[in-house]
Amino acid sequence: METQALRRDAVGIDQVVKVYGEGASAVTALKGVSLSIADNEFFTLLGPSGCGKTTLLRIIAGFEQVSGGRVFLFGEEIEQLPPNRRPVNTVFQHYALFPHMTVEENIAFGLRRLKRSDTEVKKRVGEMMEIVRLSGFAGRRPGQLSGGQQQRVALARALAPQPKILLLDEPLSALDLKLRQQMRLELKQIQENTGITFIFVTHDQEEALAMSDRIAVMSQGEVQQLGTAEDVYERPSNRFVADFIGDTNLIEATVLGEDGPDRRRCRTAQGLELTASGSGDPGQMVHLSIRPERISLVAGIGGSGTPCTIDRIIYLGTNRQVLVRLADGAPLTLLVPNTSGSTLEPGSAATISVAPGAARQLRD
Amino acid sequence: MASPQRHDLKRYPGFGAVTWACIVLLYAPMLVIMIYSFNELRSITTWGGFSFAWYLKALNNPQLHSATFNSVVVALVAATLGTILALCAALAMTRGRQLKHQSASFALLNLPLMVPEIVTAIGSLVFFLAIGIQLGLSTIIIAHTVFCIPFAYLPIAARLQGLEGYFEEAARDLYATRWETFRYVTLPLTMPGIISGYMLAFIVSLDDFIITNMVAGPGATTLPMAIYGMVRTGFTPEINAISTMMLLVSALFVSASYLISRRGASS
Amino acid sequence: MAALIATGNSQQESAAGLTARQRGLLLLPALLAIAIFLVLPLGFILVYSFLTKGTYGGVVWEFSLAAYEQFLFERDLFTDELVFHASYLQIYGRSVLQALVATIACLAIGFPTAYYIATRPAAQRNMWVFLITVPYWVNLLIRTVSMLFIIRDEGPLNSILLGIGLISEPIRLAYTDFAIGLGLVYSYLPFMVLPIYAAIERFDFRLVEAGHDLYADRWTILRQIIVPLTRPGIVAGSLLVFIPSLGSFIAPDLLGGGKNLMIGNTIALQFQSSRNWPFGSAAAVILLTLVLIVLVLFARRAQQAAAEQGRQ
Ligand SMILES: Nc1ncnc2c1ncn2[C@@H]1O[C@H](COP(=O)(O)OP(=O)(O)O)[C@@H](O)[C@H]1O
Ligand SMILES: [Mg+2]
Repeated sequence: METQALRRDAVGIDQVVKVYGEGASAVTALKGVSLSIADNEFFTLLGPSGCGKTTLLRIIAGFEQVSGGRVFLFGEEIEQLPPNRRPVNTVFQHYALFPHMTVEENIAFGLRRLKRSDTEVKKRVGEMMEIVRLSGFAGRRPGQLSGGQQQRVALARALAPQPKILLLDEPLSALDLKLRQQMRLELKQIQENTGITFIFVTHDQEEALAMSDRIAVMSQGEVQQLGTAEDVYERPSNRFVADFIGDTNLIEATVLGEDGPDRRRCRTAQGLELTASGSGDPGQMVHLSIRPERISLVAGIGGSGTPCTIDRIIYLGTNRQVLVRLADGAPLTLLVPNTSGSTLEPGSAATISVAPGAARQLRD
Repeated sequence: MASPQRHDLKRYPGFGAVTWACIVLLYAPMLVIMIYSFNELRSITTWGGFSFAWYLKALNNPQLHSATFNSVVVALVAATLGTILALCAALAMTRGRQLKHQSASFALLNLPLMVPEIVTAIGSLVFFLAIGIQLGLSTIIIAHTVFCIPFAYLPIAARLQGLEGYFEEAARDLYATRWETFRYVTLPLTMPGIISGYMLAFIVSLDDFIITNMVAGPGATTLPMAIYGMVRTGFTPEINAISTMMLLVSALFVSASYLISRRGASS
Repeated sequence: MAALIATGNSQQESAAGLTARQRGLLLLPALLAIAIFLVLPLGFILVYSFLTKGTYGGVVWEFSLAAYEQFLFERDLFTDELVFHASYLQIYGRSVLQALVATIACLAIGFPTAYYIATRPAAQRNMWVFLITVPYWVNLLIRTVSMLFIIRDEGPLNSILLGIGLISEPIRLAYTDFAIGLGLVYSYLPFMVLPIYAAIERFDFRLVEAGHDLYADRWTILRQIIVPLTRPGIVAGSLLVFIPSLGSFIAPDLLGGGKNLMIGNTIALQFQSSRNWPFGSAAAVILLTLVLIVLVLFARRAQQAAAEQGRQ
């Protein structure tokens, strides 16, 4: 990555390696990660637990030293800066609210350390409590708040000193579903209003898709794909990303021939013929991903589709997940809208057809 | 109808009775001595009516005054020094990854608890005489400080171990310097441990007889030494009165530390 | 020494923002205080035990094994021959026995007590623990004095027994070996109860239900389930009673009837009226060795037990 490019970014991460421990017990948490995060961006690190998200965040915050590579903040290399000298604040995974201080004292903590005047601290704390809608709770201790309220205090405390960059480590994971969905919106709004760069860590793909400007999908200490929500969902670059983000059918197929630039006619092992985006010479084995909602289903046999048998129907509310078997018994998962008067029955015959462009070839 | 107790699988017959016997064993001697401290008569056996006479006598005994003064000074200084040393050691041992000699350091910190008191006592005596330190209050304070360390260390370290590192990280994240982090986060959150460690050290120092008696030298007498001397020369009800007062001081201490630890646990 | 303790990258900060070097510096004062004022004195004792006794106390810097000889032999005044005598061995034997008996008695009282407390409703437990803890905070000397007070010939215990006609003349309790044992139990009983209580409180009582489900009766369950699983607490409590009992001074001194009653008194005596420092040092070295052996044995067993648990 160009050092020149890194200088323009809010955060530049260049070939960062992190090894915990020594000798036989050494764990490599990051294996050469490079990222550039623009100013004012809502950037998400998404990946399964243990893939190194927290480690990367802690390196940016200054709690861990890199084993290799460089980290830049607005073009400055920050290796030598202790956490208290970085214009970065963190919303910790378990909030880390100071239990011996009130809500007000917690929020004021950073401002006091920055030696802001009493009037300014007071004003700013009031503003923050209003933003996170906790105005009546100034004198409470963290132990007297609900999980959602604690989460908002943690957010207010980290925002109060007006950092250039806010790091959020799975801040919503401890909340229940309704609250989580509501907080997604609020977080996004706060990010847009303040213009602070958010680096948001989550293992919840839905969360990542809903909020992020860009997402870095991580696995085992490496960035697997970097792109917008649409990029990573519609155009997963490899099997891991396709599998991790959303549900998908992973199918092996053989390339039959060209069907336009970057389009190939393929036949799956089950004899399903379709056009997939990708490359390859005829006869080559490839992996395809087909999203369940991109396969349509009609009851009964007929038309141009492929016949199948309905195995099981799972009711999901808005949608129904339908598990079908093709003629040779190979399974496939479909997602169909839950329209009323549907005549689908387990055991009955049906016909599926794959929308053009739905199948994508994947790298390993 | 079977009584519900017969179905309580956890219950063992007789355990309750043993518990009550245990309480009686622990408290009866102290209660008796308290009651007899109000006995008008010099006789230890017969009750001659209620009186504060022995308290007055004890409170007016000038030897006891200086012994009490010495004991309190020694306990204050030794507990303070011991707690400071223990706090520093506990910070070093708990804040961060394992040190290179962590388990050896831990063993050394707890050594004063392992060595029988009488051995520590004569060891200190021999050592102080050998290197030519004048026996007196200062040698008592040195010896007490050393054996106060583990008593203060254990509750402080326990508290620090329970204190997750992320509070301190949060403080550093919010622009606190190392010192501010310690001052505003680590120290207040460790305070319940420090207070109970200090009180434990204070009581243990106030309590000590064996080591004190060896390293005191001729001039310095502490309260336990004075009481021991009185018991050796003959049992008078005055001893009952002194004992009762010391019992009450101890009870006050326990109650205070109990309340503090409960407050600490709830926060 | 700080550099010795420091590990890895000395620039690396810990959570509190302390570098390994700073942590070494923080640890140093406490370690030095203990090394200088406890370990060094123990070294002095070891050296003194091999020196010659001075006439008015103190030592003469001349190597001698006399102190250790004195344990087993007596020098005949006239023939200057060494004659075997067992009185010091007896003191050690009696001390070990007293400490053992006190430990067993404490266990017999302490286990049921700890169990009973641990099975009370949670709200009551704190109060019980508080009751057991209070005596621990009370001056040991005063507690021993109060025990002496009630068991004296003319003390309240005898007057009550006489009064209800159970005995016709006072029974001699004070200044006996029994009194020493009683004093030791009284002194160290809380040390037994508290660790066992902690172990039982963590014990998962669903195992008791499982045991009953498999047709075990109460006492089988106690022997085969509860005791084995709370053994660490029982062992800790036993050590906490046995070790201070072995080296005790106050209980034998005030409650016992003689001078050379237990090891602790023997040692103290050598530095007071007897003025035989090498012998007192040797006695202390032997006591310390006994204690170390007990501790090492138990630590070994605890390690083995932990390893076995790990394998399971
Ligand atoms: N302090 C540490 N010491 C040793 N290994 C660690 C430490 N912190 C994290 N790891 C290891 O590094 C890897 C990445 O951890 P982490 O960054 O916490 O992942 P995530 O936040 O994505 O769940 C994991 O394998 C974890 O076990
Ligand atoms: Mg994490």
